Amino acid sequence: MTDNTAGPDHITGPTPDNALRDADRAAAGGPMLAADGTPLKKSLARALRRQKLRALGLIAPLLIFVLITFVIPIGDMLLRSIKNDIVADTLPRTVQSLSDWDAEAQDLPGEDVWTDFYIDMWFAAERKEHTRLGTRLNYELTGVSSLFRKTGRRVDRFDTDIYTDQFIALDPGWEEPQTWAAMLGDGPASDVLPLTAGAWEDWKAFNVEEGDKVLEEDVPDLMYTALYHELSQGADVSGLSDRLAAAGEAVGGFETVSLREQFADADEDWLDPEVWQIIQLYSPRVTPGYFANAADMQVTPDGVEARPENQRIYGMLFQRTLFMSLMITGSCILLGYPVAWLLANLPMRTANLLMILVLLPFWTSLLVRTSAWKVMLQQQGVINDVLVWLGLVADDARLTMINNQFGTIVAMTHILLPFMILPMYSVMQTIPPSYLRAAKSLGATNWTAFWRVYFPQSVPGIGAGSILVFILAIGYYITPEIVGGNTGTFISNRIAYHISSSLNWGLAAALGSILLVVVLVLYWAYDKIVGIDNVKLG
Amino acid sequence: MADVTNGDAFVAFERVQKSYDGETLVVKDLNLSLPKGEFLTMLGPSGSGKTTCLMMLAGFETATHGEIKLDGKPINNIPPHKRGIGMVFQNYALFPHMTVAENLSFPLEVRRMGKSDREEKVKRALEMVQMGEFGGRRPAQLSGGQQQRIALARALVFEPELVLMDEPLGALDKQLREHMQFEITNIAHNLGITTVYVTHDQTEALTMSDRVAVFDDGRIQQLAPPDELYESPQNSFVAQFIGENNTLEGTIQEIKGNTCTVKLDDGSIIDAKPVNVVKPGDRTLISIRPERVEMNKERLSPDAHTLRAEVVEFIYMGDIFRTRLRVAGTEDFVIKTRNAPDQRRLKKGEQIEIGWLPDDARALDA
Ligand SMILES: Nc1ncnc2c1ncn2[C@@H]1O[C@H](COP(=O)(O)OP(=O)(O)OP(=O)(O)O)[C@@H](O)[C@H]1O
Ligand SMILES: [Mg+2]
Repeated sequence: MTDNTAGPDHITGPTPDNALRDADRAAAGGPMLAADGTPLKKSLARALRRQKLRALGLIAPLLIFVLITFVIPIGDMLLRSIKNDIVADTLPRTVQSLSDWDAEAQDLPGEDVWTDFYIDMWFAAERKEHTRLGTRLNYELTGVSSLFRKTGRRVDRFDTDIYTDQFIALDPGWEEPQTWAAMLGDGPASDVLPLTAGAWEDWKAFNVEEGDKVLEEDVPDLMYTALYHELSQGADVSGLSDRLAAAGEAVGGFETVSLREQFADADEDWLDPEVWQIIQLYSPRVTPGYFANAADMQVTPDGVEARPENQRIYGMLFQRTLFMSLMITGSCILLGYPVAWLLANLPMRTANLLMILVLLPFWTSLLVRTSAWKVMLQQQGVINDVLVWLGLVADDARLTMINNQFGTIVAMTHILLPFMILPMYSVMQTIPPSYLRAAKSLGATNWTAFWRVYFPQSVPGIGAGSILVFILAIGYYITPEIVGGNTGTFISNRIAYHISSSLNWGLAAALGSILLVVVLVLYWAYDKIVGIDNVKLG
Repeated sequence: MADVTNGDAFVAFERVQKSYDGETLVVKDLNLSLPKGEFLTMLGPSGSGKTTCLMMLAGFETATHGEIKLDGKPINNIPPHKRGIGMVFQNYALFPHMTVAENLSFPLEVRRMGKSDREEKVKRALEMVQMGEFGGRRPAQLSGGQQQRIALARALVFEPELVLMDEPLGALDKQLREHMQFEITNIAHNLGITTVYVTHDQTEALTMSDRVAVFDDGRIQQLAPPDELYESPQNSFVAQFIGENNTLEGTIQEIKGNTCTVKLDDGSIIDAKPVNVVKPGDRTLISIRPERVEMNKERLSPDAHTLRAEVVEFIYMGDIFRTRLRVAGTEDFVIKTRNAPDQRRLKKGEQIEIGWLPDDARALDA
């Protein structure tokens, strides 16, 4: 072989090729520099960052608005579907002591729990929080609401004052709030008597809330009860104050009262282990209960299981909502497509006129339109009258077209039709007529040209319209409420009911979350099948 | 003007009129016939009715009056898809949701051709336009020129006897356009198909066609082979529309057989060939091609009339020199001379004398 370096590719002079090679080498060796000597990458990043900041500044007002008015409230709402603070907040002691209780055994909880529960209930009743708790637990077990209300009225009249009397008889110092304050301030006593100390803290806090001075108020019975309970359980108070030591010795001979009996007196349902099961089941701060409920299931000590047949409604409602939304979307496509086609193919002026007709419904109130459908469709309504007059329908067999699924589908198709027509129209407008002409010149009949050439190109419009209509329909509320009757209501009507009537916001939130997930899943499926880039709004 | 229908015309327009709005005629009185295998171009300014004629032939518009015949049979009542006419649109109209191969196989599918035949034909058509490897692509993934070839292949794949093309090269750049002009004429001649081609680019019309129909104002102004069109325009519209043209206005003084003398508006006298002027005293527009103007007196006959001219501008264009002169009151008189060794380069302000053979100055309607 000859010497390679002497080949024509290896001229070392300034040929254009060599210049290019030099440039390459420079680029590979060090970073490219901008005109002012900073690395190109860095100055590019700086320029881009400034651009991004400016863009961010432009959308900032909207972003903040959306965050404050939309994302945060809705996020909070959705969190409610699993949040369950109320039991743990209202009955903190009970929740703790009940956690060891074995619900399976069908025994009632022990005296510890009753004492804790007495203290919790006493504060809850004073703060009027017991009714809210009752309402909450009533979702899970009917009757609990009245149980709590009844007990709340009685709890400060329990016979626990016998402890009070016996302590005071033993040493009048027990009557003074100062005694308690000194004893439970922060010394060894509060470690030995955690329940009593805790109750004292709550009592102090309660007085602050009420604007009272704790040292001027009578010590409530519950303090004596708590102290008695702990002393009788053998708290070691020997090394503490004399008064306490004396009490510790005396409690053995005290006359007692059973808190369990007191509660049973207030309402004998407290002897039903099921009530305690529910309290235990719903004591965690996060619960799957709302979701279980929304899926026609319930949480039991054995886990989640299906509800009895006659209590399942949400599955059916979800199915109905989906089915009817699909029907509405389908009829919107069928009715809207020809209109959109006409709009896209008419001369501009006529098309604009027609467009106004399409948009006309937007200018009238939704309620008016829906009510108009009521007038049209009811049994003594316009359509039935005409059919009877024409003799197509007998007077005694008038058609029921309202307060059922049919009525809802008709009214909602009418209301949502513009949302189908507009995206279809804007897509069809971009399809030049030359495609149809080309197809015909290639030998296709009108129908083939439409079906093979025009229709596929209008699919993005159908897709956009369908998504719009379907998602609007699936969450629609007013129209099904007015014309839906019993068989034509949607899941959203149920959600509205739980928000405004039954006040079960957690369940409403769970239903809403499920609806959201269903929509997202459908959207995902749509993306897989049709492709989201096949959706075009114009 | 155009030749009246003869028996063996393949396509014939007979006294066709067209109005869109019932008030104005877009096509006024169209008579046109072309034999099988001819490549005819419709050339004309924007709005002159070229597309309208094509659409009537393809069946997308109906003639308001008159008859269109294909192969001797009137086709006014035949729907477009039964006419079997291939068509190439200005924007190509390739179906965006189909691949190139699907686009090509579409006309075969609607003709219910078997799968293997279809594939065979599609393959051959793609090869014909040298796009063999592109069958699997979408139109959007092709360049303008490639799309153009596909559109052409699609119009030809079902072997129509007549192909219509409406400004098919309008969207391409100059170089590609010239290349495609060559390819289209080649294919059309090789396959022996009859072609009606619409353009408003006169170079395209001259280079591609067997005959050119110059349209203006809804009428055919002249129908002739390219050379005849260029060299012997029948009226001043055609003369000015086709190629570069110098015009001088004047009055006929005397007509003597094949020549006439014309008195220009500044009083000078020139010789010309009477084309559509009839009698002395008529106003006329004299049309002279820039390359036919002669500066060398020895090449003209001794008794020829000449004009004095002053050089206004001299432009060097490489292969030719383009010189603008002030002649008989106008400043737009252009002459072109070949860049030959013996050719003098004129200077601005120089006074020269110009003349021409009487046959090269055509006295047309004013
Ligand atoms: N669909 C239509 N409705 C009404 N008028 C029309 C229609 N199509 C064309 N015209 C009118 O008819 C006349 C001729 O139009 P045509 O499209 O045939 O012109 P053209 O020669 O093809 O012009 P271009 O070179 O610009 O394509 C124009 O004045 C145009 O405005
Ligand atoms: Mg046109």
